[in-house]
Amino acid sequence: MTTTDERPAGFEKNDHKPVGHGRMLRKEDPRFIRGKGRYVDDVQLPGMLHCAILRAPVAHARIVSIDTSAAEAHPKVKAVVTGATLTGLGLAWMPTLSGDVQAVLATDKVRFQGQEVAFVVAEDRYAARDALELIDVEYDVLDPVIDVRKALDPSAPVIRDDLDGKRNNHIFDWETGDEAATEAVFASADVVVSEDIVYPRVHPAPMETCGCVADYDRIDSRLTLWSTSQAPHAHRTLYAIVAGLPEHKIRVISPDIGGGFGGKVPIYPGYVCAIVGSIVTGKPVKWMEDRSENLTSTGFARDYIMRGEIAATRDGRILAVRTNVLADHGAFNGVAAPVKYPAGFFGVFTGSYDLQAAYCKMTAVYTNKAPGGVAYACSFRITEAVYLVERIVDCLAYELKMDPVELRIKNFIQPEQFPYRTKTGWLYDSGDYEPTMRKALEIAGYDDLRKEQAERRARGELMGIGVAFFTEAVGAGPRKDMDILGLGMADGCELRVHPTGKAVVRLSVQSQGQGHETTFAQIVAEEIGIPPADIDVVHGDTDQTPFGLGTYGSRSTPVSGAAAALVARKVRDKARIIASGMLEVSVADLEWVKGAFHVKGDPEKSVTIQDIAMRAHGAGDLPEGIEGGLEAQICYNPENLTYPHGAYICVVDIDPGTAQVKVRRFVAVDDCGTRINPMIIEGQVHRGLTDGVGMALMEMIAFDEDGNCLGGSLMDYLIPTALEVPDWETGFTVTPSPHHPIGAKGVGESATVGSPPAIVNAVVDALRPFGIRHADMPLTPSRVWDAMRGVPRPPV
Amino acid sequence: MQVPAPVEYERATSVDHAIGLLERLGGSARLVAGGHSLLPMMKLRLASPEYLIDINDLHGELGYIRVEPAEVRIGAMTRHRELLESGELAEVFPIFRDAERVIADPVVRNRGTLGGSLCQADPSEDLSAVCTTLGASCVIRGGSGERVVTMEEFYRGPYETAVEDAEMLVEIRVPVRPSGSSAYEKVERRAGDWAIVSAGAAVWLDGGLIADARVGLAAVGPNTTGLTAVSDALRGREPSEELYEQAGALAADSCSPVTDMRGSAEYKRHLAKELTRRALRRSVARINERG
Repeated sequence: MTTTDERPAGFEKNDHKPVGHGRMLRKEDPRFIRGKGRYVDDVQLPGMLHCAILRAPVAHARIVSIDTSAAEAHPKVKAVVTGATLTGLGLAWMPTLSGDVQAVLATDKVRFQGQEVAFVVAEDRYAARDALELIDVEYDVLDPVIDVRKALDPSAPVIRDDLDGKRNNHIFDWETGDEAATEAVFASADVVVSEDIVYPRVHPAPMETCGCVADYDRIDSRLTLWSTSQAPHAHRTLYAIVAGLPEHKIRVISPDIGGGFGGKVPIYPGYVCAIVGSIVTGKPVKWMEDRSENLTSTGFARDYIMRGEIAATRDGRILAVRTNVLADHGAFNGVAAPVKYPAGFFGVFTGSYDLQAAYCKMTAVYTNKAPGGVAYACSFRITEAVYLVERIVDCLAYELKMDPVELRIKNFIQPEQFPYRTKTGWLYDSGDYEPTMRKALEIAGYDDLRKEQAERRARGELMGIGVAFFTEAVGAGPRKDMDILGLGMADGCELRVHPTGKAVVRLSVQSQGQGHETTFAQIVAEEIGIPPADIDVVHGDTDQTPFGLGTYGSRSTPVSGAAAALVARKVRDKARIIASGMLEVSVADLEWVKGAFHVKGDPEKSVTIQDIAMRAHGAGDLPEGIEGGLEAQICYNPENLTYPHGAYICVVDIDPGTAQVKVRRFVAVDDCGTRINPMIIEGQVHRGLTDGVGMALMEMIAFDEDGNCLGGSLMDYLIPTALEVPDWETGFTVTPSPHHPIGAKGVGESATVGSPPAIVNAVVDALRPFGIRHADMPLTPSRVWDAMRGVPRPPV
Repeated sequence: MQVPAPVEYERATSVDHAIGLLERLGGSARLVAGGHSLLPMMKLRLASPEYLIDINDLHGELGYIRVEPAEVRIGAMTRHRELLESGELAEVFPIFRDAERVIADPVVRNRGTLGGSLCQADPSEDLSAVCTTLGASCVIRGGSGERVVTMEEFYRGPYETAVEDAEMLVEIRVPVRPSGSSAYEKVERRAGDWAIVSAGAAVWLDGGLIADARVGLAAVGPNTTGLTAVSDALRGREPSEELYEQAGALAADSCSPVTDMRGSAEYKRHLAKELTRRALRRSVARINERG
């Protein structure tokens, strides 16, 4: 297994460590490349039945009656279950991740098109689907609330009349920052710029849709659930709480997962349906949603209507940022975020700038749309926050007639200010922004690009250069601040070294494609000197791994990565004591070099970690008080989040005749602290940048006025292909996190967060000759053409 | 996974066999060629035929491109990929290659057929616009023999054609005239998407003047549209930017786009103009390049 020495200057050399961090092919790829991955839909159990779900055809309606008799008479149907059945079992409603409840199957009303109404369990998938056609539901159709701006009108129909005393569609108000101080700064500022900015509803649309196989064993009351889950341990606990099953009798297994992006964090009604189906029939039951079900019913992302305001001096010193947000949460508040953060980490909308004041006021409302607000690689709403600030800073640059790069550099938080407390209370751990920005400018050839742009503009061509600089907040999180439904956001890790010096590391986080089996082997290898190839990584099975909250919000490396490093150090500490016995010297006289302890000043006298492993399990004596074996377990509680940053530059060309946008170049310089496997980081960045092209240019879950979802297939909901993206140009700087054991920060979502503003800024820059300061995503040709004619329209 | 309703399936071994099956099964049967439109509709249960007659084994009989001096004949089972790769066809009608380059993706093009594309009669379909532009005719065969219809006769509305229940489209015929060329322009939201608008143009020159010209548009009306007003305005004129502009304006006036997820009606009308202009310009440039 090869590693390379792509170790940036300025942090610890690993000369004294034989293997570990560096560019290395992914250990899991051979099985994926050969089609040997094992996904939930690959699970086949003897006697397994299939579940299909009947969904609401309309957005808002009272259920008058449901007749299931014809479906029950279908020869292959084993069970038909409605909301009424579930009410009898006490399972008709389930808690969401944010203190609301959501119907597993509708009992009284349907509240969005695609909502679960009934399910069928049948001998095969075809029969289950056929039987859905035989269920007769009578609906009394109600007026839907689709326009989020009208959700709080006194005349608006009340969607959540299931909630005691609910007389409107209001969910919560939330604020952060200092309203009065911000108002004072705005009142006396030279320049104030405001802009209405919409981040439309999008969907994570993973390749693999959601699904599960539930196998309830009636004899020993044990439930085994193969599930598309990003958080198997958290799900197990929630099933225990919701279904009243004892937690030790539940095993949740997340096998290979085909992409999550946050969409597989929540528990969806379909999982509960399959579990109920298995309990009712006594057989294993598989439920795999189809593409349309995935797009129309599982967690959406974004859907923030924002008013951004920025105050500055005439010479470009940014003083304050203020925003007012109307958040569309759909029919149930299903946002996945730590409990005390109803708007996720949107509070980092102050960006990478040293401000005097900041304030945000947010109102969240119900509408007759699918619930969610979970997802799409957003780091808990940082996508929206970064988009807002990076767009409004560009609007300021436009008004001040300043170069957007110069404006940003002038206002960066300075390296000596870290750790930096923002005006909304976040403690940025480390950062050195200007070198990152300079590196991006250098790769892009920024000055030459501006010259080229001037020449092209003179010829009537439309070329745009967009810049975005982001600071992310990832690795939730410190248990004193962060929990999900009472579960602290700490993560466990267990390491066992076998007698022959091979090892197994067991993680509480779950890969959906991030390459955990490689990265975590490298983290352990770096600390303990066993090659990554000799370290097996086990994850995704609650019976096999320690408790933890799973993978989302770029938290695997900041939280579990720290746990893996620390558990390896704990094992190494024990190995040192055993080595001291083997070499008959005191612990203090040992030096750790390249996977072996040797006596200081006598490198010949040494024992390798493999020698020590055999001794730990062997027949010989161990030092006084030391137990046999070589293993350890820890639970890591992060001290703070980690704050990666990055500078992105996008170049677009727009066809003046057709208004089509072509992304010509994209430069991404990321700083995620210590880089464990640069190849995997680059892969993650490429993915996120591609996401960004999708969101900026084509993706949107739209609804018509009746609440019909217009994005229910991949023909209607477009995601980008290789033809829409340029050759990505990536670079990096390294500012280690001061509190993370190996200085690493999360990176999985950085590019998704940072790329949309860079692309939109580039498009708006290209449209400068038309006097355009802002245009909303998705910048489809038709919408760009509107902007070119001076009539940019919001997407909702 | 989306699953279709129960359906019976039979593979036809010859055109006559397929027509015999259609005669016996009537309107409850559908032919399936590439299946890239029908199968997704069945999986979404927008279509639920009782019988599927698979005609993929007829590729030997109906998969051909015959370029003859006065006419090009293309079998209905000719795959997109074959249309894309045929140098002989591109020589006479480069519009086919232009269009095929922007139809779906290689996986679809390996399987989808000319006949299937036309019979689907989607108003946004590219090959329909190409055939309309070229003034092609369609050979329809039934139990009692063949009949030939023009593209205008072939389309009866969105997703509706002149092909009756017990008939099948077997061939497309395109007249070849001297000193002509053609081009296709499409704007899509993303590679592989249906057109927001597309425009085909075919031009024939005689002594520096336009002897004849045709323009076909997709996605701006109930069917792909051939614009006689544009042809009338171009005939006998000398090619020029002003003329293309004028033709584009006529095309924009003559179409009837609607606002949808792909774009506003206004934008589509603008595209009809812009793409007509571009397709005409490119067609004439191609004739001139050939000398």
